[in-house]
Order: sequence, then C-alpha cells, then structure tokens
Amino acid sequence: MKYIDEFRRRDLAQQISSAIKKTADPEKHYHLMEFCGGHTHAIFRYGVQKLIPDNVSYIHGPGCPVCVLPVGRIDNALQLVNEYDVTLCTYGDLMRVPASGLNSLLRAKARGADIRMVYSAMDALNIARENPAKEVIFFAIGFETTTPPTALIIKQAQAEQIKNFTVFCNHVLTPPAMHSILGEPENSGQDRIIIDGFLGPSHVSTIIGSRPYEVFAEQFYKPIVIAGFEPLDVMQASLMLILQINEGRHEVENEYTRAVSRNGNQKAQALVAEVLELRSEFEWRGLGMVPESALKIRFEYAEFDAEKRFNIPPVQASDVKGCECPQILRGVKKPTDCQLFGTVCTPENPMGACMVSSEGACAAYWTYGRLSQ
Amino acid sequence: MNKKRFPVRLNIRNNVIDMTHGSGGRAMAQLIEELFVKHLDNDLLRQANDQAAFNVPGGRMVISTDGHVISPLFFPGGDIGSLSVHGTINDVAMSGARALYLSAGFILEEGFPLSELEKIVVSMADASRNSGVPVVTGDTKVVEKGKGDGIFITTSGVGMVPEGVQISGDQARPGDTILISGTIGDHGVAIMSSRENLEFETSIKSDSAAVHTLVADMVTAVPGIHCLRDPTRGGLATTLNELAQQSSVGMILNENRIPVNPSVTAACELLGLDPLYVANEGKLVCICAPQHSQTLLAIMQAHPLGRNAAVIGEVTDDPNGLVQMQTRFGGSRIVDWLSGEQLPRIC
Repeated sequence: MKYIDEFRRRDLAQQISSAIKKTADPEKHYHLMEFCGGHTHAIFRYGVQKLIPDNVSYIHGPGCPVCVLPVGRIDNALQLVNEYDVTLCTYGDLMRVPASGLNSLLRAKARGADIRMVYSAMDALNIARENPAKEVIFFAIGFETTTPPTALIIKQAQAEQIKNFTVFCNHVLTPPAMHSILGEPENSGQDRIIIDGFLGPSHVSTIIGSRPYEVFAEQFYKPIVIAGFEPLDVMQASLMLILQINEGRHEVENEYTRAVSRNGNQKAQALVAEVLELRSEFEWRGLGMVPESALKIRFEYAEFDAEKRFNIPPVQASDVKGCECPQILRGVKKPTDCQLFGTVCTPENPMGACMVSSEGACAAYWTYGRLSQ
Repeated sequence: MNKKRFPVRLNIRNNVIDMTHGSGGRAMAQLIEELFVKHLDNDLLRQANDQAAFNVPGGRMVISTDGHVISPLFFPGGDIGSLSVHGTINDVAMSGARALYLSAGFILEEGFPLSELEKIVVSMADASRNSGVPVVTGDTKVVEKGKGDGIFITTSGVGMVPEGVQISGDQARPGDTILISGTIGDHGVAIMSSRENLEFETSIKSDSAAVHTLVADMVTAVPGIHCLRDPTRGGLATTLNELAQQSSVGMILNENRIPVNPSVTAACELLGLDPLYVANEGKLVCICAPQHSQTLLAIMQAHPLGRNAAVIGEVTDDPNGLVQMQTRFGGSRIVDWLSGEQLPRIC
C-alpha cells in the first residue's frame, strides 16, 4: 500500500537498527518516553523492541485518551443514561472503560441504556438530526487531534438550530500533561521520573505544531523528537533522541516533517478557539488535577453543552484499589509492578484504564511481557 | 403440492411477516409451502414431516450447528441465506467430513418484508444446490416487533467422516506446518464496508463459500491431516490461538507469507483494524506433518477456493500455547487472542 509500505520497510529498519546499536553508548541506559498510544501500538505491533538494544527502553506515556479519562467522568455519563431518556454516542474503546462499582458503558448498554458506538463526531450529529424526538449526547473525548471535529459539529448544530443535541466535552491538552509528568523545573523529588527524552506526539502535533514543546526542551533540558506512528518513524526518532542525549543537546526536532510544521494547522486551531475554551483545571487518571489541561464549551455555545443542560456535577471517584495506573502513566512504575496486573486485571476483564485500550501500557505489556518469560 | 389449498396466493411483493405466520395455522402452512418448500425443494422436505429420515453409511458421523445473526443481512458477496448454508457445511467439513444434509430454523420478526425473506431463501437454495447439500427439514418462529432483528437463521448439518481420518483441534504437534487456503479478512471488511455509518467504497467481496470440496480433495490425498478449522469470528489470530491451546503447542508465523488482499490491507489501515483478527467465511487453516505440506499446498492451489493458499508458519514446542509472529518489519510479536470485539455481529 503506497505511502504506508515505505514506512514499514524491513531493510530500512535493519539499517536504523544497526545505526542505533552503533550510536547507543553501551555504558548508558536510555529511557525514552513515547508519549502517544499510537507509538506504543507501533512498537508492539511491529516488534520494534526486538530491533533496539537492551539498554534503550521505552516508557509508555499517558497519550491514550481513553486511559487518562478519570472514573468520575464515566460515572457522569452513566448517570446521564440512567436518569434521563437520552441517546449517548461515543467512540468504541470508551465502552469498556471501568467506572465505579465495576460498571461500564458496555454493561449499562446491556441493561438497556441507549448507548451507540460512533466512528466520527459527525455520526452523533446525524443521529440527532434523524431522531428529533430524542435527546442525543455526544461523549467527546480525545487530545487535540479529535477536538476540531467536536468544535465543528457544535458550530454545525448551532447553524442548523438542532435543539436535541449536546456535547459532553472531555477534550484534554497534551502540553499540560507533559508539564505535569515532568513536574516543576526545580523539582528533584525522589518520585521524579527518569526520562531522558520524549518521542513527541504525532497526530496531535499536526494540529498544534511543534512550537508548544519548545518550552519543555528549554526549561527541563529534555530532548523531544516529534515522531510519526509508523514503525520506521519510531525507530528514526529514537535514533535522533539518542544522538541528542549523547551530544548533551535538548532541542525539539521533527522527524514527522511530512505532516507536522512548527505552527501546525492554524485553521483547526482557530475553529477550536472559537467554540472551546480552557478549563481552570481537569482531573486526569494517573496525573490527578492538572491546571489548564482541558477544554470546555464557550458560553456562546452553552445550549450545546451537556454539562449545562443536565447540570452534570463534578464527581471525584477513586480508581480501583491497588491499581497502579496513576504511577504507570507517569512512568514511575512498570505494569509488572502492579499486583493486579495479569491476575485480576487482564484485557478481558480490565480493572484500570491502562488495560482497556490496546494502546494502554498494561495491555501492551501484557502481550509483550509474556513473550519475554 | 395442492395449490388449491390456498385460494389467494401469498403476496410476497407487498406483505410482511405477521404473528399468524408463526402460529402453526394456515398462514404458516402457506408460508412454508409457497416460500420455503418452493425454493428449497427436495424429496425429503416435500414429505412435510417434522423431521427428515434418511439412511447413512456406517462409520463416524459428525453434527454441527451454527446460528446466524449478521447485520447487514445483505452484503457484497453474499447474504444471511448463503452464509447460513456455507457456515454449517464448513463446520462439518472441518472434521474432514462431507456434509450430507442440513436443517434450518428461522426466527422472523413481525413486520419483516416477505420480499426480503424470499430473496434470502432463494439465496439459501442456490447455495445449497451448488454445494450439493440439501436442506431437508426446518422450523419457523415469529417474534413480536422489536424482539428480533429482522431474521435469525440457525442451520445444523450432519456428515460422514471418511475412514482413517482423525482430524481434531488437539492434534497439532511441534514441527507441523501451518497452511491457510487464501487471503484473510475479506468477509469482515465486506461487512464493514456496507454497514450503516461506515459505508465506504471497496471492491472487496465476502469470501463466503462452502469449502467442503476443497477439504474432500485434501483428505483424499492426505488422510492424516492433523487439524482443520475455518477462521471465522476473531479471524486467523483467534483460530490459531484456539488450536495452540487445544494442542498445548506454540506457533510461529511469518507475516510475509500471510496472504492479504491489498484492498483489505487498505481498509484495515483506514479503520484501525488488524487483518489477522478480521473474519473469514470461505477459508480454512490446515495443520499437517511437515512431509505432507507440499502435497497439500499443491492440492489446495489447484482448487478454485485455494488458489492463494500458502504455508504461513510452523508449530513449536511451547506448553504455554503462545502464537508468535516474525513481522514483515523484521521484529517479532505475540499474536494474542482477540480481546473485546473488532466488529459487532459479523456472522
């Protein structure tokens, strides 16, 4: 398949593999955090780890939108479908994410709640158009990549005066999450994570550009390489990071030049800014309350805000006891350090969010870990 | 058939299923006679008993049953009717047997158009005739509107296993060769392409087909085949994991050798799916002793349903039952069971 196969070529993989082996200092250990679930997925699906020397290890970051959504927000959604006669539309992976009391959207659906899996935000708006007598809510989640479509359907709903449609907005922002992981620049507490460099977001960066990461490279002295989601992208970006680390540089470099520019997609940014605005803070699974890390619907579009129409209360629910998702998402612990991992928590019966999505660190580790036993 | 029993013929073009069609009365009798028996017609069915009686040769008999709840009912390359015939013939064939007879149970939802029902029954009849396996008995029930999804069809099949054939999922041995009869993922992608909200243009058709004649050629040449299985729901990956677990062995696959239609690869890229987990309805996985692999490969490739057959890997000694794969990229990974669902209701 053109434009795909080129980025999965075995011969090039071998070349980069030997370049990494040559470049990586055998005396050093390189801890690279791949920020996005898409990177994690590529590493496992193509077996990238096997092509990388043992002293280069990947720490799976929090860039899986399903994984970082806190229990409270899913409890909110469950409350909506239980208390009102509504149709809730959402992306597929979210269906299985555990909520409080071992509940989930999938289980609520089985008990009769009208919950639909959609493939795009526009599908949710279409359901509202086709069922004017039904109250339709779009459970919007995701990083900057999925935010413009949500902004677009809110504008569209207003233009068409669609009265039976609202959005439960849970869009989150990447740079504040990176900030939260790194802590304050002066922080050198013992819980501080050992990350030598970041494989920077791929699709997110097509929207926001590479500029927002520059502050991290400067303030935290961490190299960042924006990397695409194909396996050769991941390997090439890893090589670029290793070179920066060896040379003591800490810059934002862009491996994914075919899609990412410094300033990003300004049209999309303008659209988002028109419809959505910063929340003062938002809860992340694994990171806790992070200031200015999420978006809400602007006052001008309040009639399409499910939080306003249904008076959704802020809920702070605790994660499953013993679940190490918070520490795993920060890279402080490995999935195998968690007592629940592989015992009561498996992809079939996930306890924590990292086990739900195939992009989650635990789900990916579950697969890889068994191979190395 | 006495046509005068029903002075007014069933209005197939305009009428829909109503509760009387399942009541056991005249309306049901007319539906059976003018729709089911008319199209599926054969000597045993025409006897109109509640069962079909037939003689069988001595030996080992197999029986299999398969429920079909697919959505959408009609898809590129087939429909629920042909699928319900192929699916059960294939399940019977995976024992090495040739299916002899089928039964069919229909659950119809009140309001289901008779014209669609006829299209489905005609398709079943064609599939049954082309496969040489008649539907000899059946049952019809009607459920109230909202309590079904148009139509569900359950078919069962019986068949006889040739002497000396002992095919079973627990027979894979370390060193055995793993073969697949053709490209993977065609059925699942065809279904996805015609599903509401997800319609996209593709030339991919479902591979829905009865593979029993292919199996017959294979067991004739090599009666000692170890395992056969059709990689339906959950795709090739799930089928291989089932076999690995049943036989307490591991497997190592070579991604380069697994045939995938380029359009299926493209659709899977678009939808974020892995073709290894996408359903097939006209393919089989064969595990055999290494010395038989080339004979079987040649026989498969000589059959119209096995033209793209390939050797895709081998069985290893691993009591943990791990299925691993050398990736095209040069790495290796585990090919795990399907967790959750890639596609809802695809067969």
